[in-house]
Amino acid sequence: MENSRRRFLEMLGIAAVAAGTQPVWNAFAAEHGSATPEPSVKKGPNELKAKQWAMVIDTRKIEKASDLEPIIEACHKLHNVPHFENKHHEIKWIWEEEYIHAFPTDPNRFLDERIHHIPFLVLCNHCENPPCVRACPTKATFKRESDGIVMMDFHRCIGCRFCMAACPYGARSFNFRDPRPFIKETNKEFPTRMKGVVEKCQFCTERLAVGLQPACVEASNGILTFGDLYDEESDVRKLLKENFSIRRKQSLGTEPSVYYIV
Amino acid sequence: MNDRKYILTGLVIFFAIVTFPFWYNLGKAAPGPDIKLTEKAKAAKTCVMPTSYMRAEHMQLLDLWRHNVVRNAERVFVNTEGKEFNMSLSNTCLDCHSNKADFCDKCHNYSSVRPYCWDCHIENPKEAK
Repeated sequence: MENSRRRFLEMLGIAAVAAGTQPVWNAFAAEHGSATPEPSVKKGPNELKAKQWAMVIDTRKIEKASDLEPIIEACHKLHNVPHFENKHHEIKWIWEEEYIHAFPTDPNRFLDERIHHIPFLVLCNHCENPPCVRACPTKATFKRESDGIVMMDFHRCIGCRFCMAACPYGARSFNFRDPRPFIKETNKEFPTRMKGVVEKCQFCTERLAVGLQPACVEASNGILTFGDLYDEESDVRKLLKENFSIRRKQSLGTEPSVYYIV
Repeated sequence: MNDRKYILTGLVIFFAIVTFPFWYNLGKAAPGPDIKLTEKAKAAKTCVMPTSYMRAEHMQLLDLWRHNVVRNAERVFVNTEGKEFNMSLSNTCLDCHSNKADFCDKCHNYSSVRPYCWDCHIENPKEAK
């Protein structure tokens, strides 16, 4: 008995010493571990920067629907936007709309012929006060602080469609079906979406990150202009300074970033 | 007490059946996944991080990439050797590892995990249409 008790006390002593010197060992290990630098992430060197990206659509340059076709085509092809025959399943990032539907609060009586007949190009307005962001329960859609783009994190979207109800512009589409079989030509460098997520225009963030203008602007033949709304020297500000412009459903206070010169 | 022999026989049969999978497979270790590297991956020698790290932690790395690209607009990854990579599953990872079936799937099937990356991300950007 005596013997085992002595042994117990010995073990207790050894354990206490081991526990006491542990910080020393940890420090020793940390000192040798820090020799290798930590990996990090950063922004690309050619990234285009802005406080709030904005777009000006010069409707004076639009005559007929075929002027807008290449613009829509460029976007939908690049981003693997599926084409559904069934209108209930339709997915659209950028599309055409009649004036009276795009601006339901504005039309006056005896609307002039041109405005009445030309197609208007509509897309996500990347509002400065986006109601969809407030509605999203998972923060899957969010206003990017760095450049004001209203982004979608498709990974987080749970498909509740609150954002679609909140958006006054109908800029969001829901994938009721697996979109993959309905994409005519797949762009292998851009992901598709899956059934059950909402999608919309993202102002081509993947192109801005490498120093390119959005695909629609590039394909627009001067109809679209893209730039920083808060840079007085930017192309969009110059256009807005010289021309009368309107925005969709301004009275709602969402502060859209897409301007129309009429 | 008279039923002892029945009970014992029953018990022996019961244990034989219960332990059958163990002794049947005794000495036959299930083979681990046989991963094939593409020529490009072999030539590159190391991945964005050391192989041991990639093997154990690639999911955490991909999670970090996804978060930074989508939410922070940071698209360039600088590894411990200072080398830079575009953080993209389809365009960077699968550029080297263009054999998803022999690379990703082998291990994922073996360990019975079903990542849903491929519901959206396209499996192989280099694949012919």
